[in-house]
Amino acid sequence: MHDLFRRYGMGLTYTFVGLTAFWLLVLVILPDFKLLEASFRPYLPIVDVGGPKDTYSFNNYMQIFGNEVDFNSFGLHFEIPARIKVFVLTIFYSAVVTLVTFLLAYPLCFYLAKVASNRSLPTLFLLLFVPLWVSEVLRSFAWYIILTLKGPLNAFLMAIGAIEKEIRWVEGYSPVVITLVYAYVLFMVFPLYNAMQSLDNNQLEAAEDLGAPWWKIHWRIVLPHSKPGIASGAVMVFMLSAGSLLVPAIINSTTGNWFTQTIQGIMMEGQDWNAGAAFAFMLLLFCTVAVTVAMRVFRVKLSDIAK
Amino acid sequence: MSAGIDLDNICCDFGKFRAVDHVNVNIQPGEFFSFLGPSGCGKTTILRMISGFTDPTEGMIRIGGKDVKGQRPNQRPTALIFQNLALFPLMPIWENIAFGLEVRGVDKVTRRKKAEELLALVDLHDSADKMVSQLSGGQKQRVAIARALAVEPAVMLLDEPLSALDLKLRQHMRAELRAIQKRTGVTFIYITHDQGEALAMSDRVGVMSQGRLQQVSNPRDIYNNPVNGFVASFVGENNILTGDIGTRADGMASFATKLGTFRARIADGVTKGKLYVRPEFMSLQAKPGAENSVPVTLTEVAFEGNFISVHAVTEGGFDMVAELRNDGTGTVPQAGTKMHMAFDARSAAILPDSDTAGA
Amino acid sequence: MNTNRRILGHIYMGAFLAYLMIPLFVMAGAAFNDSKLPTVIPWKGFTDRWFIDLWNDNRIWGALGNTLLVALAVVAIAVPVGTAGAILVNSISGRVRSILYGMMVAPILIPGVVIGISTLLFWNQFSVGSGLHLSVLGQVSYIASFVMLLVLARLQSFDQGLEEAALDLGATHAQVMRRILLPHLYPALGAGAAISFFQSIENFNVTLFTRGGADTLTVYVFSKVRSGITPSINALALIMILITLSAAIWYEINRRRKAKIEAARESEARRAEALEM
Repeated sequence: MHDLFRRYGMGLTYTFVGLTAFWLLVLVILPDFKLLEASFRPYLPIVDVGGPKDTYSFNNYMQIFGNEVDFNSFGLHFEIPARIKVFVLTIFYSAVVTLVTFLLAYPLCFYLAKVASNRSLPTLFLLLFVPLWVSEVLRSFAWYIILTLKGPLNAFLMAIGAIEKEIRWVEGYSPVVITLVYAYVLFMVFPLYNAMQSLDNNQLEAAEDLGAPWWKIHWRIVLPHSKPGIASGAVMVFMLSAGSLLVPAIINSTTGNWFTQTIQGIMMEGQDWNAGAAFAFMLLLFCTVAVTVAMRVFRVKLSDIAK
Repeated sequence: MSAGIDLDNICCDFGKFRAVDHVNVNIQPGEFFSFLGPSGCGKTTILRMISGFTDPTEGMIRIGGKDVKGQRPNQRPTALIFQNLALFPLMPIWENIAFGLEVRGVDKVTRRKKAEELLALVDLHDSADKMVSQLSGGQKQRVAIARALAVEPAVMLLDEPLSALDLKLRQHMRAELRAIQKRTGVTFIYITHDQGEALAMSDRVGVMSQGRLQQVSNPRDIYNNPVNGFVASFVGENNILTGDIGTRADGMASFATKLGTFRARIADGVTKGKLYVRPEFMSLQAKPGAENSVPVTLTEVAFEGNFISVHAVTEGGFDMVAELRNDGTGTVPQAGTKMHMAFDARSAAILPDSDTAGA
Repeated sequence: MNTNRRILGHIYMGAFLAYLMIPLFVMAGAAFNDSKLPTVIPWKGFTDRWFIDLWNDNRIWGALGNTLLVALAVVAIAVPVGTAGAILVNSISGRVRSILYGMMVAPILIPGVVIGISTLLFWNQFSVGSGLHLSVLGQVSYIASFVMLLVLARLQSFDQGLEEAALDLGATHAQVMRRILLPHLYPALGAGAAISFFQSIENFNVTLFTRGGADTLTVYVFSKVRSGITPSINALALIMILITLSAAIWYEINRRRKAKIEAARESEARRAEALEM
């Protein structure tokens, strides 16, 4: 504090502290506490709020149970509450999205970092940035058009003879995954590229010189070196996917519901803000745990992810 | 206009580390004073205390006789030239120079006029509208000086401003700095680890080690009459002999070493020390002298142009160095020859080790 | 790196760019197809009627106005807040710094749904009803993090000596801020404002829960997709893409021009250096 006064003087220091406090307290921390507090209270008519019925309980959280449905995939078959199923599948398919973006981004980043000429890089990056300049709702909408039954994808596949009858793409989770991959692949590309770019070319040449086959060079040198980039890309893509409401809502596959859509239903159609708070808090809790675990496993810091 | 500076028993602690340890010195108005010492000796901390960026833990600083305790850097009549110059990269040169006037509310026309005057003073015409990145190292140096002079400081503080320049330019800038100081009459306090720089420019030099001021004197005294081993070693080369002090008379004493007994100057109160004699005070003789001479075998002779550097080894395996002036007539001795190295008793001194907090 | 694999790399790069671009072209193409549903297949002929439809759709213009209003408000709050946060984090150290930094970065990772609902509930207890003002506050809570990161990165290339030099020359703290620190931060502040603006326009999750009855563009497009869509949305998309693209290209050209000027200055400095020898 003393250093701050010395460097910026009293007035400026208090301004900085005040603005930061407004941001972190009023906009971030207190609302999240309110979310937690509200999640334990019942959904009541306004006259009963603060009355004897307004007591804390876990009832809102219990709403995730009930309404048992069949879980029938991955060779497993059992009864599971519908909302838990959606929660689990959201997480699972977010992980799938993360994996697919990684597989797509890896060769691209290696190309950008080690193969492409320095002269062409600025132009390539400008082109890569184009989709980011287009809003997410429009990009999702593009895939909505592409994936419709009579849409361009089916028409193209039939024209080249790959399929004989149109495929119903908008069914289950695959259209959501396809669109999420498209929407977020660049969030994997940039951190991964940054990590690979810092790899010394001599290491690759030394390995090649020592007779290592190409896959071994990647497995033993490029991949370990890129670990921080993979971690931050994976965390970003996973969080964006799990928290996405726009993409599943636009694609609107009735058999591919996302957990955020469940929350939206409770908030908008049910108007039960307290239950909505409970579900939102579960999502927040899960995300916090997921990020913490990822940081531990990959041994990266928050500051590495934030790059 | 220019002011004197009194450092009155100042100390500065960083945690447990004492960076400056009871420094006392009175710097005269209009004096060119250098603090000389290795990095980490506390000289930069002294400068930061004078300019107000660091507060002394103990002691008092007076500028022009007034205690400046509690005055912020922007209230003190000092101008600091930073080691990296700290020119503002986003302003053209003239705005850099006139910045101090700008923040004092001087109008633009006057600022511009003053900036051009100062550019002329530091020999940089036609550069007013250039950007900092367009200038060479030496030109940046001059801009930094002009910028500091613009606020008409009573004291200029310079923190190794020449260290980024290459050797030739550095020597040129020495002369220039000295000339600017004489022209403006401002008190200059100069920080450096380069002894040549300190000796060539300063009226007086303060040599520092481990936070303590070892010696304050004029350059000639610092070099010829160092008060201790640290000063002697830091400001030049030496042949150093260990031994015991024997009988003393008239400021001279005998000194018994493994190579024999020598005679050298000694100050009162020195009871323990080593014998220091500079290579250029050594001479080579075919025959042993009356006193202070050692038989040696020459190992390496390097002809350096203005002088000849001779390395030799004594019978006990002790290395000695002599630097002989090239007077244009003498012959260059050959390596391998056996000769005697000798020195005048008045050019050698028995000195204690440095003055540290424990001593 | 042998030639075959190099060629493979070029092909992959090309395929990836095609993958990124084709959906955008499909969407843009549908804007000109004379078909009631937004599609490019079957192609029923070229038309400009979707642009005319768009022009006559008052709800869209209202939504656009709201979107811009929210975006400007977000920029106006997020930029100073994020900058203050960055300066604060940059001037402290140790444990406090890492905690503060963590709290400033975390909002980026909080799902928008959570931000939306928590903002709604928090302000509701003070009887502040939902509406675009809450959308602004909710969006600022995480968009300020982006500004903070950009400004912090820029601050790390700032020589603190410049502040000291200015103070030493007699400047007040406010003058140092205005003449030295802020000019250094301008590029980051500009980038931060641009990112805040686009992030705000993009935002769906936070806005959906906090907007009350008001429309923004994303919410409007979303509701249209739900309730029967016409290619006038594609027309709107095309216009938006063109605007953002021209902005991006203008920015890039500007950046390259500045880099060129700086390079010229440095070569002049090298020439001056050579003359001194």
